[in-house]
Parts: sequence; C-alpha cells; structure tokens
Amino acid sequence: MVKDQEFLKSKASYCLDLAKKMGATDASVTVGHSISETVNFRNKSIEASDRSDGLGLSIETYLGKKRSSISSSNLLDENIKTLIEKCFETTKITPEDEFNSLPDKNLLAKQITSLNLYDETRFENDKKIKYLKDLEESASSDNQIINTESSFTENKSNFILANSDGFCDGYKTSSFTASCVTVAKDENSMERDYEYSSKRHLSDIKQATDLGNKAAKQTIRKLSPKKIGSEKTSIIFDKRISKGMLSAFASAISASAIARGTSFLKDKIDQQVFANSINVIDKPDINKGMGSQHFDSEGVNSNTLQLIENGILKNYLVDTYNGKKLNLESNGRSGGSTNLYFEKGNISFEDLMKKNSRSLYITETIGHGSNLVTGDYSVGATGFLVEDGEFKYPVNEITIAGNFKDMFKNIILANDLEFEYSVNSPTIMIEGMTVAGK
Amino acid sequence: MSNFFNKSDLTRQDADKLVSETLNSCDDGELYLEESKSESILLDDNKIKSSNYSSDLGFGFRAISNEVVAYSYSNEISKDSLKNSSENLKSTLKSIKGTYNHEIPKSNKKFYKDINPIEQKTLDSKLEVLNKVNEFLRKKDGSVKQVTASFAGEQKSIEIIRSGGESLTDVRPLIRFNVSVMLEKNGRKETGVYGIGGRQSYDDYLKNDNWKNVCEEAFRIASVNLESKPAPAGEMKVVLGPGWPAILIHEAIGHGLEGDFNRKKTSAFHNLMGEKVASDGVTIVDDGTIDNRRGSLTIDDEGTPTERTVLIENGILKNFMQDRHNARLMNTRSTGSGRRENYRHIVLPRMRNTMMLSGNQTQDEMIKSVDKGIFAVSFGGGQVDITSGKFVFNCTEAYEINNGKIGSPIKGATLIGDGPSILKEVSMVGNDMMLDPGIGTCGKAGQGVPVGVAQPSILIDKMTVGGTKL
Repeated sequence: MVKDQEFLKSKASYCLDLAKKMGATDASVTVGHSISETVNFRNKSIEASDRSDGLGLSIETYLGKKRSSISSSNLLDENIKTLIEKCFETTKITPEDEFNSLPDKNLLAKQITSLNLYDETRFENDKKIKYLKDLEESASSDNQIINTESSFTENKSNFILANSDGFCDGYKTSSFTASCVTVAKDENSMERDYEYSSKRHLSDIKQATDLGNKAAKQTIRKLSPKKIGSEKTSIIFDKRISKGMLSAFASAISASAIARGTSFLKDKIDQQVFANSINVIDKPDINKGMGSQHFDSEGVNSNTLQLIENGILKNYLVDTYNGKKLNLESNGRSGGSTNLYFEKGNISFEDLMKKNSRSLYITETIGHGSNLVTGDYSVGATGFLVEDGEFKYPVNEITIAGNFKDMFKNIILANDLEFEYSVNSPTIMIEGMTVAGK
Repeated sequence: MSNFFNKSDLTRQDADKLVSETLNSCDDGELYLEESKSESILLDDNKIKSSNYSSDLGFGFRAISNEVVAYSYSNEISKDSLKNSSENLKSTLKSIKGTYNHEIPKSNKKFYKDINPIEQKTLDSKLEVLNKVNEFLRKKDGSVKQVTASFAGEQKSIEIIRSGGESLTDVRPLIRFNVSVMLEKNGRKETGVYGIGGRQSYDDYLKNDNWKNVCEEAFRIASVNLESKPAPAGEMKVVLGPGWPAILIHEAIGHGLEGDFNRKKTSAFHNLMGEKVASDGVTIVDDGTIDNRRGSLTIDDEGTPTERTVLIENGILKNFMQDRHNARLMNTRSTGSGRRENYRHIVLPRMRNTMMLSGNQTQDEMIKSVDKGIFAVSFGGGQVDITSGKFVFNCTEAYEINNGKIGSPIKGATLIGDGPSILKEVSMVGNDMMLDPGIGTCGKAGQGVPVGVAQPSILIDKMTVGGTKL
C-alpha cells in the first residue's frame, strides 16, 4: 500500500521543524512515496517482473536570500537530521540571490477539488499476465511479426508538499500503462514499431487486442522502405510526432529559458508566432488528465492558460524564481506545462492527406535535433510517401529540417484531436520543409 | 566502503541466508546494495543558481530462471523489506526451476581510486572556480550574453551478494565539469558547450587553471557557429574529426552489438557474427579497463571484472557485449558489460569505452580527397533504431569541404546513416586516435550510464546530411 497522507505529513513537518530550529528563515519540503509493479512479456511468455517501492524527500532551506537543497531516499530520522544540517551549512556559504523566495502566499492553492487522478483498483500480476497474453496473441497473428515485447505497469503514488509559510497539501495519483513493441521482417528489411496506452484509471486502458493489432499493423506497413531524393516538400506529422513539437514549444516559453535569454521565443509576447488560426491551451484541471495537477511543484494554484490565441503568444510558463526575474507573477507552471494541446483545426484527416498531390507522412523521428536557442530543427525520420491522399510506400533513412519560427507559422491542423496523453495534438501539416535523402 | 549492515535490523548473516534461500533454485541472481552521494552546483545567469546534495541508499534483488528475470527493489534496507522482495521474486518464478551458476571470474585490478570527490574539494573553492569562469568569459568578449557552468560529483559504493554468501564490492568516483556559453551578435544567438570529467578528483582535471581551456573551447565553438551558414542537404562525403565524434560508432555499431538485442534477434547485426561488417583496417573495441575513464569499471554491476572486448577486428564482427543473463542464454561468457543506472533498475548489457583504433592516414589526406562534403568536428547527442539499423547524430561544429579545402562553418545538422553498412563506407582511417573529454551518458530503456568513446579521424564515402540547403 502506498503510504498515507498522515505518514508523509509527519515526515514533512519533522523536516520543517528541524530546519527552522537550525535557523533557516524559510524551508520547503516534498515527501513522496511510489509503488509500481511491472510485468514484461516477450513472444507470448513472461520475461520479467519488476516491483519498485520508493520513498523520497527533497528539502530546500533558505537563509534570507540564500538557498540550497538536498534530496534523499533514506527517510530515517537520523539521516534526515544529518542531511538538513549539511543543507543548512551549504546554504550559509551559498551567495545571495535576490530572486530566491518561497512563492507569494496569496498565490498558493487554497482548496482542491477532486480530479479523479487516483484509481485504487489493484490489477494483480496474474491479471496483467492475462492482458499481455491477449495482447501478444493479437500482435503476433500475422506471420511477418517475428518478435513481440510488451509490458504492463501499475503505479500508485502519494506526496506531500509543505513549506514554512503554512502550505501543506498533497494527493494520490495512479497510472496504468500498457505498451507493445513489435518487430516485423520481410526479405528486404526488418522494422520495429509500437503502440501504448497510459491512463489514470484501469477501466480506460485500451483493449489488449486493439493495442496488439495496432502495433502489428503499424510495424508491417513499414516493411521494405525506400530512400527518397532530397527536396522541399510538405510534411504531414502523425499525432505522436506533432505532440513532440508542442512540447518543444512549451520548453521554449518556460520562464527559465526566457529569463536566461536562451529561447527563440524571447520577447515575443503579443506577437504572431503561429499561423493565425492556431490556439494552444494548457489546462491543469482535466478530469482524469495525465498532466492534471491541483497545484504546481511549489504549491502555486494553476489555472487554464491560453498560451497562443489566434497565433499570438499570450503567456509564458512561469514559476516563482524566474517570474520574479521577469517581473511576472507565477502562473503555477513550476513543473512545466500540464495538459497541453492545440485546439483542433477545421480540416479532416482525409482532406489534409489530399491537400497536396504529393507529401511525406512522418511517423517517427530520431535524434535530438531541436535547438531552442535558434529554433533550428533537423531530425532523422521514418514515414510514408503520400500521393493523392494514399500511402504509396514506406520511406526511411532521411532527415527533415527547418526552423520552428517558419514551421509554426505554416502549421495546418486537422480536426482529429483526442485527449490521450498529457500533450495532445491533432495531425498537422507543414509546407516547405527540407527533406534530405539520396 | 559502505557498510550496509549497520543501518537497520538486517545483519549480513540474515542477508546471506535470505539470498541463498531465494536463489538456490534459480539459474542466477544477486542482491545488489548501493549507496550513492552526489552533488551538483550550477552557476547560471551571473549567479549560483543551485547547489544540491543528494544521498541515496537501497537494494535491488534479482532472481533469474531460464529466460525470466524477476526484480524487486526498495530504498529501505531492512529485514522486512528484503523478505517482501524475496517473496515477490519467488512468486514470479514459482513454476520455473534452475541451477545456480556460482562461477564468477575474479581480478584484483582496479581502474580508479576509492575517493569521494565531493569531499576532496571544498564548496567554497568550487564556487570560486564557477565565479571565475563567469567573469573570465564575460570579460573576454562583449558578445557573451549567457554563461552556465557546473560541477557534478558522485561517489557510488556497491556490494553484490551472491547465493552462497560470496560478496563483491566497488567504490566508484565520478566527476564532470561543464561550461556553456551563449553569444549574440547582429541579432544571432549561438551556444557552445564543452566539458571534462572522469573517475578522479575535481582538481586532477582542473589543475593549472585548466578551467580556462574549457571556457576557451566552449567560446570557440559558439563563435564558429555565429558565422555558420545553412547546412547542405543530401548524400555526400563526410570527414569526422577524432575523439568525441566516435559517438557515431557508439550509435551506429555499439548498440546493435549489445547481447540482449542479438539474443532476441531484434538487432540488425544478429546474423552477422564472423561476417565482414566494416572496411579493412577498421577495428573497434569496447574497453572497461582504461584508468580513470568515465566509462571504465573495476567490476560491472553483476560483479564481473571488466575487460577489453574486441567487437570488430579488421572489418570482421567478432563479439557481442554480454551480461551474465544474455551470455548464459547464448552459451557464451559475460564480457563484464552488465550495467544498471542504480539499484532501481535491472541489469542490461551496455557499452563502457567504445573505441575505433588508429589506422595510417592523416586528416589532411582525407580532406584533400573530398570534392564536396562536410568536415564534422563536434557533436551533440545521437540515437539509433536498433532494428532497422538507422542512426542519427547532431553536429554542433561542422564545416563544408569544397575541392579539398575546409570552407565555411555550417549550422547544426543531423546526419543519418545505416549501422550495418556505414562502416563499409569508411575509406580512410586516421593515425590520430583520441579519447573524448569524459562527458558521455548513454541512455537505454530509460537508464542513463556514463560511457566513453574514442576514434581517429575517418572518411566516410557516403552519408546523408540533414541540412536545409538543396
């Protein structure tokens, strides 16, 4: 069983009291406990089981404007005492930073209403095994599939965040994740693809057979890929790639990147950064949302933010420290975005596919090719050549490149948005990107 | 060395007994105990932004029978907790019985000292170096707009207890010093990053004001990039500089030669043992035994002493990298490549220091031989799709080559290639093998472990460069 609030609260207040006693002017502590159990399958039989049980705490101590932090997984009182002593000693010799402080009291979350983030259902390992058997049975039904690997993870967590201004709150969350990776082979090639489903509640997880079938189908269609020539073309990004672009956008508007001046979106508030049909929203209070939160990692209340309104940048993601530096109030985004999404577009997936007589549909990118300082983007890619709205043949060993500044302004959104993950995007098309191939 | 048995009600005798009792009817497994102490100190935006100290203690209990691995970890070292884990392992493996393999090679060689780098330098003197870095770079040139510098240090103590009570221990220091600088000129911004590190004390790396050289190198890379033009797009010849660009070897070849992917036949290399996979003259080793290197280990995380494993010899595929589990299932021996990020993770076969050895040619000859291509000197990260064999890496410093001469710097571009065929495209191997500066971390299945790479300059006849200029 995951530790209850009372246990975590007692550890948190022990830490705060001790820090205060040693002379800290302020302190903040997070204590968390998480239990997760995973079963792994390969080729229709069990390959591994893994159980983890982890307690952890992190403490920040302040002496006026001086601050330092420690973290530990050893929660014995004796160890905590040694660590807090060490932390406070370090704080004393750390230089002052005028922006260091706990969050403003009036911004702290007051009361929390249920968002259904915890499902206490216990999915015993025997049931995980049954689920994975069904999944792999359907994943391997085509004889071109030569290897299947799948896993089911159940996680239950609880935490308390407390600070010396009297904030003390926390809540339980759960997640259930099923995933499947399949390998297919034909005379020309061997390819891999995947599918997964991750939910707060067990009952929302995709059917095992659906997941297995989808992974297999996505893998088989990649067989016998061709390399294409280098050209400028329009690119359609599958949802699983377009959501990554939103994540890059979120990193570029984090107050820390803006305050440091290391973002291509610095000083772009109230300016056009996306095509004018685009709206980007970050909504922390979606029922059962994978990115939902009652408050951020500093205890600050978070409301829905319209980040992009008709293509115009309206808000950064602001935490206390960087907010003070930028003269902005924290908007409860100390841990980054919450449930982030593009509002859906007006054009159907089919129409997007037909928009140009020839385009490239990307299902996977590899490499760390996003430079958030310059906006330059260059990654390895795998996908399909699309002609007249139809997949013609799979394509690999190519790169796609552009600059986010231009790419964002050329985005066309389909209307197929679904809320599956913490970041969600419809299928998108960007015209005029460079493909490098043969 | 940490004593894991003075902290709770669990005695060594209890642990030995429980380990033997749990693992007796299994093929392999061990109790892995770990205590780590780590610090990170960061200067950013003219200030000491954070100073964090962390201590972690826990165990991972593993039992293996046939192809099934059961694993359970906890950060509470106690009788109850270990008992719970044992029950958990037994319930997974209840119907599968094995015969415990007691054999584990021994060696008394050590590749680094039992030091705690965190305590060997005072916090004050670390802060002083960081402040000097900031001042030095900002004074150096008006275009310097942002400076980030950091220290990261760690001491990890491990003990492995096997069935029958055999115990193996290691104490591993690791440090890293990093500088990143952002320049702005005529509205353009570019960053340059450089770092150094390994398994010695901070001062072993920073003596003689060596921090200045790190600053100069980061500044130089950023300055070069300020002048960079859009990179070309398409297939062309690529000359790779020595040292860190060997992450190409790591991505293109290394991952595909890890035992697990080959046992499962999901690696593009699984059926190529003994075959020619590279040009003549290409020899690649994975070496855990180089003194004080970031990727070196006295013993791996299963207790096997590390070694120098020849992966490719003169173009022929010779060996995969193995941990005990995959080695047993493939009827071979562990190469001392079983690694885990920490006690929270299972062991996987991983790289240590992956190196292409020197040949006879010079970098000059390579560049002179290229009509149109690029010369890549430094890289950010890379990634590989093990199954299709396609890999990428991102240039952070590169130049165009025109008619045998190095031309303008080009913007960061991704290079993509095919692992099993790329080494056949190597047409020249340089005489200038160099180790990387000690900054690599390799990610696999969500676990990061420190690694090293090395190579001489090489000429690759055909690779796709992912620029924007057609």
